[in-house]
Amino acid sequence: MKIIATDRVGAEHVLDGRDGWSVMEILRDAGLPITAECGGACACATCHVYVDEEWLGKLSPKSDAETDMLDMALAVEANSRLSCQITCSDALDGLKVTIAPE
Amino acid sequence: MARHETDVAILGAGPIGLFAVFELGLLDLKAHLVDILDRPGGQCTELYPEKPIYDIPGLPIVTGQELTDRLMEQIKPFGATFHFGEMASALTKLDDGRWMLTTDAGTEIVAPVVVIAAGAGSFVPKRPPIAGIEAYEGTSVHYAVRKMEAFRDKNVLIAGGGDSALDWTLNLAPIAKSLTLVHHRDGFRAAQHSVNQMRELVAAGKVKFEIASVKALHGENGQLKSVTLAGADKKEWTHACDMFLPFFGLTIKLGPIADFGLNLHENLIPVDTEKFESSTHGIFAIGDINTYAGKLKLILSGFHEAALMAQAAFHIVKPNEKLRFQYTTSSSNLQKKLGVTA
Ligand SMILES: Cc1cc2nc3c(=O)[nH]c(=O)nc-3n(C[C@H](O)[C@H](O)[C@H](O)COP(=O)(O)OP(=O)(O)OC[C@H]3O[C@@H](n4cnc5c(N)ncnc54)[C@H](O)[C@@H]3O)c2cc1C
Ligand code: FES
Repeated sequence: MKIIATDRVGAEHVLDGRDGWSVMEILRDAGLPITAECGGACACATCHVYVDEEWLGKLSPKSDAETDMLDMALAVEANSRLSCQITCSDALDGLKVTIAPE
Repeated sequence: MARHETDVAILGAGPIGLFAVFELGLLDLKAHLVDILDRPGGQCTELYPEKPIYDIPGLPIVTGQELTDRLMEQIKPFGATFHFGEMASALTKLDDGRWMLTTDAGTEIVAPVVVIAAGAGSFVPKRPPIAGIEAYEGTSVHYAVRKMEAFRDKNVLIAGGGDSALDWTLNLAPIAKSLTLVHHRDGFRAAQHSVNQMRELVAAGKVKFEIASVKALHGENGQLKSVTLAGADKKEWTHACDMFLPFFGLTIKLGPIADFGLNLHENLIPVDTEKFESSTHGIFAIGDINTYAGKLKLILSGFHEAALMAQAAFHIVKPNEKLRFQYTTSSSNLQKKLGVTA
């Protein structure tokens, strides 16, 4: 699967997702500026992304833990998600995300 | 302003800084620790106090908070001095060859050895990405409440949905001229009784709650006059206020260590794997802050690093004494230090 990620200066990056890995891990390993301080434990809110509207409904819904942790994220919008809580799968081929400001 | 002389100054009271106290203590070396947080444990207590850790040797399962509590118990016999809530801001070499670690509170710790156990850096409040916010910091924008009086008769705006946002809404509402809480949703990651109390104040007209976020700040010379708020429907409006308190928790920034004049590689301190000393003699780096071939950012690795660092630190602090290798199980000398002799 592919992930299309827009960074904070607006540049688009096409990344290879790995089945079962989190989107955060793919962004981080590609060297994009995602802090992901807690390493994917849903404990820091520094892996915040905006998900393209057309993909929003295709993701598995937020857990209560993710909804709570998003309270600690900055500049939250209706399409905000924590990228460590989105798991790569073929169903998400072409997923578009934008890294939130910090 | 206080000056302390000791054997070892430790920067960071995360799990590795704490265990360093133990390894140094066995060798009769005394330590002072500095941490910007107001309690020990670093990432373990700040990021995951309730989460279980499964790879601490001999402890099949232990939470971040429990591990910290146990380390505090383990190092108790060595009577280390803690300087919490202080940022280590400068490191200077004195004429007598010792080092002086200075904090933003004016504390000076003088020691022949400095151990940097700073993790990924210091925990600092998250700053909302609002253009020009820096200009208001310290005057109209505050990330913590130091003196409540500063908010008396002010029009206060609080942003966030966690315990700090709720607690300060409740504490400041009685003294502020007006208080508005903004959050991006009508739900909170805070103690239920605080949320209930906040809702009562809203119902009584004493606090205003808006589902919105702060988009822009307006004012001059650091004095805030109003902010632009945007609701869930993206509609924007102006809200008059003179104090803004954003509460979005903490994040880690390398901080002042960057200016200590140490050799840094991608924000990490390169060390040798014999002593875990940096390229500056007398300055050691252990735990997540260091880097070497094969480094793993694990608590277990940091513990090992602390033990080897302590051996090398001993020779610097007590150059004329011979180091004796002993086991805690069989050495009555070590057991005396630990206060466990029969
Ligand atoms: C969610 C999560 C789960 C984890 N799970 C595991 C696990 O299962 N097993 C494992 O081995 N590891 C785990 N880790 C990693 C582990 O927590 C770290 O390796 C460990 O905390 C590093 O300890 P440290 O003492 O080196 O640094 P830290 O814990 O980061 O502590 C450093 C301290 O130094 C302070 N500091 C830094 N600079 C300054 C300054 N200039 N002035 C004052 N204070 C300063 C900081 O405020 C902080 O308190 C996990 C980490 C996270 C986030
Ligand atoms: S990496 Fe910390 S919440 Fe996702």
